[in-house]
Amino acid sequence: MKLTIERTALLRALGHVQSVVERRNTIPILSNVLLRAESGELALSATDMDLEIVASVAAQGVRKGSTTAPAHTLYDIVRKLREGAQIEIDAAGDKGAMTVRSGRSTFTLACLPPEDYPLMADGELAHGFTLSAADVKRLIDRTRFAISTEETRYYLNGIFLHAAKSNDVPMLRAVATDGHRLARMEVPLPEGAAGMPGVIVPRKTVNELRKLIDEIDQDVQISLSDTKIRFGFGNAVLTSKLIDGTFPDYERVIPAGNDRFLEVECKPFAEAVDRVSTISTEKSRAVKLALERGSLTLSATSPENGTAVEEIEVRYNGPSIEIGFNSRYLLDITDQMSGEWVAFQMADAASPTVVHERADTSALYVLMPMRV
Amino acid sequence: MTALCRDCAALAAALPAGGRCAQCGSPRLVAHAELASLSLAHIDCDAFYASVEKRDHPELLDRPVIVGGGTRGVVLACCYVARLSGIRSAMPMFKALKACPDAVVIRPDMAKYRAVGRAVRELMQATTPLVQPLSVDEAFLDLAGTERVHGGPAARTLALLARRIEREIGVTASIGLSYNKFLAKIASDLDKPRGFAVLGRGEAMDFLAPRSVGLIWGVGAALQQKLARDGISTIAELRQRSEHELTARYGAIGRRLARFARGEDDRPVDPDAPMKSISVETTFTRDIARLDGLAEQLQPLCASLALRLERAGRAAAAVTLKLKTGDFRVLSRSRQLADPTQRAETLYRAALPLLRAAADGTAFRLIGIGADRLAEAALADPPDLFAADPGARLAAGAEAVRRRLGAGAIRRGVIRAEDDDAD
Repeated sequence: MKLTIERTALLRALGHVQSVVERRNTIPILSNVLLRAESGELALSATDMDLEIVASVAAQGVRKGSTTAPAHTLYDIVRKLREGAQIEIDAAGDKGAMTVRSGRSTFTLACLPPEDYPLMADGELAHGFTLSAADVKRLIDRTRFAISTEETRYYLNGIFLHAAKSNDVPMLRAVATDGHRLARMEVPLPEGAAGMPGVIVPRKTVNELRKLIDEIDQDVQISLSDTKIRFGFGNAVLTSKLIDGTFPDYERVIPAGNDRFLEVECKPFAEAVDRVSTISTEKSRAVKLALERGSLTLSATSPENGTAVEEIEVRYNGPSIEIGFNSRYLLDITDQMSGEWVAFQMADAASPTVVHERADTSALYVLMPMRV
Repeated sequence: MTALCRDCAALAAALPAGGRCAQCGSPRLVAHAELASLSLAHIDCDAFYASVEKRDHPELLDRPVIVGGGTRGVVLACCYVARLSGIRSAMPMFKALKACPDAVVIRPDMAKYRAVGRAVRELMQATTPLVQPLSVDEAFLDLAGTERVHGGPAARTLALLARRIEREIGVTASIGLSYNKFLAKIASDLDKPRGFAVLGRGEAMDFLAPRSVGLIWGVGAALQQKLARDGISTIAELRQRSEHELTARYGAIGRRLARFARGEDDRPVDPDAPMKSISVETTFTRDIARLDGLAEQLQPLCASLALRLERAGRAAAAVTLKLKTGDFRVLSRSRQLADPTQRAETLYRAALPLLRAAADGTAFRLIGIGADRLAEAALADPPDLFAADPGARLAAGAEAVRRRLGAGAIRRGVIRAEDDDAD
């Protein structure tokens, strides 16, 4: 294998794949990136056995062949080379080594045989549809903060993607929860997604996908089966296994009958929560919301730090109520809001509260109160 | 010989004739040669949870009362009437009820006990700033130098404090007075309930001599057995060995053995001593290598750790699994929890993956589990959107374990009486 490639293009492609590679690996070849040179193109692949990204980039003077080289080392070398430099990659001679040359720099990297590289089987995936980059971003950004990190609840360690109906309109829904809060985002169901199974996309896949979208801003081709999902972007393809588990019946925990309605301006509310939470203890992050007709008093106390109180005007006509929330969870939600007003639907201080933008319920959040 | 009346706090130079206080006629006198010079105390409330419940339900005053049950199914506390039937704390509930079928069982109200415990602590802190709480209902107090403030020796101040706790809070406490923590803690247990025991320099050595080495803090069943094999079962026998010899043979604890055996303990009363971790461990009679055998030992330890956490009013935000190999290498593995917990089941589920990773066929002689990064009890086990049906959650957890370890890895079990002394 031999080829010449422009530094910026190679760095971008390596950047797409290298973050999949874990820093510590018990299987040596998983620390490597697979390089395959074919007619005018270099394909780079990285995998952690659950998730695989393949990125392609144009190359010159290609002599066909393949090898695997240490991903992070190669990335660091290319990163440190001068901008605009041409890089020559040569793995033709000695089987166990690859040479990287640019200007007066020469690196020789130890390689492992490409035939040992564990690529995922290519097979056809039964369901396919296309989503705009903006929709994929929205589905991820408004839900991923709620993904559980608790390993024993592995079936919550991802985003549940499925087809559903809202007021009889078919929707594609993303749902994530850690048991303390739940986030649900929906977009109109794209063509081809109608018969898709509900799938749980693992957190790492979600994060890698989100990074790719930032860099390659174009429509995403999604195809999936009940064990695998693939996201295609033209010159990059991400394939991932799905979490093998049953997502809980989340609709059961979204309360429908909450009858205390609060509307508050999003930005001043978020700023007040942020200010008051300065006092709450690192571990609890609790803030108390005391509601009375027309006003909301936010407060926090901690034995070490003292107390904080702030009052803001709100639209509220219900009976007085005191309810506590984790300030971090409130801010995670307000961070995702673009509208001016946020609406809360509460029942009492111990029951789940529903939160959404006043004029838009495509993103819906459920928060479990804290004991304060 | 100084004598002190525990009811009216009158002091006398000698025990009055007839054994009654010359001022108020009370028989509750305590007399000791060093009474006026000792100032280190351990105060321990009597059958605390049960006493609080009796205070709030006077009609139960002479009934056997057990606090416990709920999800854990063990006795958390029992009153002295219940103890007459042989009931002890940490006993499985079914066993306790067999021993005393007419016992009144009360579900624990930890928030209430913590509030009462706080009130007791405030009275202690009003007496001396040097209060080191050990749990919700017991603490060490150093009263050295408070004689002038309180207008009398520490013993008198303590009698007044105990009286105040009884009158203002409505529970009784027992006091152990000595010259260090080790002996004060032993003393508070000698005269329970509503007791006042003194261990002075004059008799401490004689008092300790015939006692079992198990009295020393840190000497569990395993070390006790080992000492017995080496011909040491009483503290007097321990005293015949030098500190050097004990350290060489038993490691770091040898120093404590040597010092405590001679009634020496230089640990100060530290009011800021943060409770950093709580742990329990057990040494096996025979080394265990198999995962299921180790897991079987771990389960009752988790129950016992959960109990300790609840009593201390703390919650574990991380767990540490400790294993000691047959050749005494210590392994410890930690893991953070998604939320602080006081539940045995959650502790067990968090520790099991650590155990699975460590159980590689090595034979272990000891297993322990510790709660780290302690948080306030109020943060423990926050309400969960999907926890409405605990059975479903339990089943999901069991399913996850079976997926990883095979069908036989987890099964429904009972806590057997033999496992009770695990810690």
